[in-house]
Amino acid sequence: MLNMLWPTFIIGSIFYGIFCGDLNKLNTSIMSGAQDAITTCLTLLGSMCLWSGVMSIAEKTKFINNISKIISPIVNFLFPELKENKKIKKEISMNMVANILGLGNSATPLGLKAMDSLQKINKNKKELSDSMAMLILLNTASLQLIPTTVIAIRSSLGSQNPTNIIVPVWIATLVAAIVGVTSVKLFIKLGRKKK
Amino acid sequence: MQVINYISNIAMPLILLIILMHGLIEKQKVFDLFLEGASEGIKITLRIFPTLIGLFVAISMLKDSGIIDFITNLLSPGLDLINFPKEIMPLALLRPISGNASIAIATNIMKTFGVDSNLGIIAATLMGATETTIYTIAVYTSSVKITKTRFVLIAGLLADIAGILTSVAVCRFLSNGFS
Repeated sequence: MLNMLWPTFIIGSIFYGIFCGDLNKLNTSIMSGAQDAITTCLTLLGSMCLWSGVMSIAEKTKFINNISKIISPIVNFLFPELKENKKIKKEISMNMVANILGLGNSATPLGLKAMDSLQKINKNKKELSDSMAMLILLNTASLQLIPTTVIAIRSSLGSQNPTNIIVPVWIATLVAAIVGVTSVKLFIKLGRKKK
Repeated sequence: MQVINYISNIAMPLILLIILMHGLIEKQKVFDLFLEGASEGIKITLRIFPTLIGLFVAISMLKDSGIIDFITNLLSPGLDLINFPKEIMPLALLRPISGNASIAIATNIMKTFGVDSNLGIIAATLMGATETTIYTIAVYTSSVKITKTRFVLIAGLLADIAGILTSVAVCRFLSNGFS
């Protein structure tokens, strides 16, 4: 994706700069952009390490396992297809909990493992099953309790109160997730009617 | 407003506390585990470092050449209609496509308009509340070699639009509390 976007951005800006924009400004922005990246990365480094550290405690203990049990009613509601398939349900809950905790690194492997198990019981191997669609949607929904990266960026830019976006983020994520889940459920229903 | 700020402030320490207590109850060597993860964090940051340099340059060029203003002005009649801040539009467009590009553009917005300004807070909330939908769908479907994705993209994008609009609305509503 970036192999297309990146050159488009640069070539587009150069053409626009030459014909209708400000070439002086463009020149300074080429150098300052690279510098900004360094300052952002360096300030991100601290909080990235801190959170990876804390989260590795959550990963190595039974923390994720224990929390997964709490969300099992939600999983039952979202994945009615799976009924008694406890193994897949457990994989899905662990993926959700890892997402909620912001454990991007372990969420993806857990999610892909669940995808794999779902594919095994999928009737049409070329098409996503209902449960697979729901699982993907949940992973695009950014159900994160602490948006660490944004908080780190905010504090690197000298915000007075970097964490005060947490509740607004929760509200927006929740609305997005509800809209997403509802539309998946609706699409599934509509698809059944057609058949 | 104060309650919301309080919850926002207590969320991070509380999670730290719960995880640490959990580790101690299980009699784990929590500091060793922490160190392990922290050095992993260095690797992750170094891995995205070159990507961010490339993207920061591209984004600041887009901004300073004036092309972003040109595009947002083109879109502004429609955006004004739904009362959507046009400065946020570039971020909203890029967010589902590329995570790192949206980090670059969100940082740029927070810097240009002020990190604690209304626009800065909207940009941050939007970043936290949405995911790189298109990339995630690609990873998940290709892992099981499925090409028929049915309605997933539409549902994911609908969720993103809802998240984006809610971010703007919530931040506007709470704007008195932030200052």
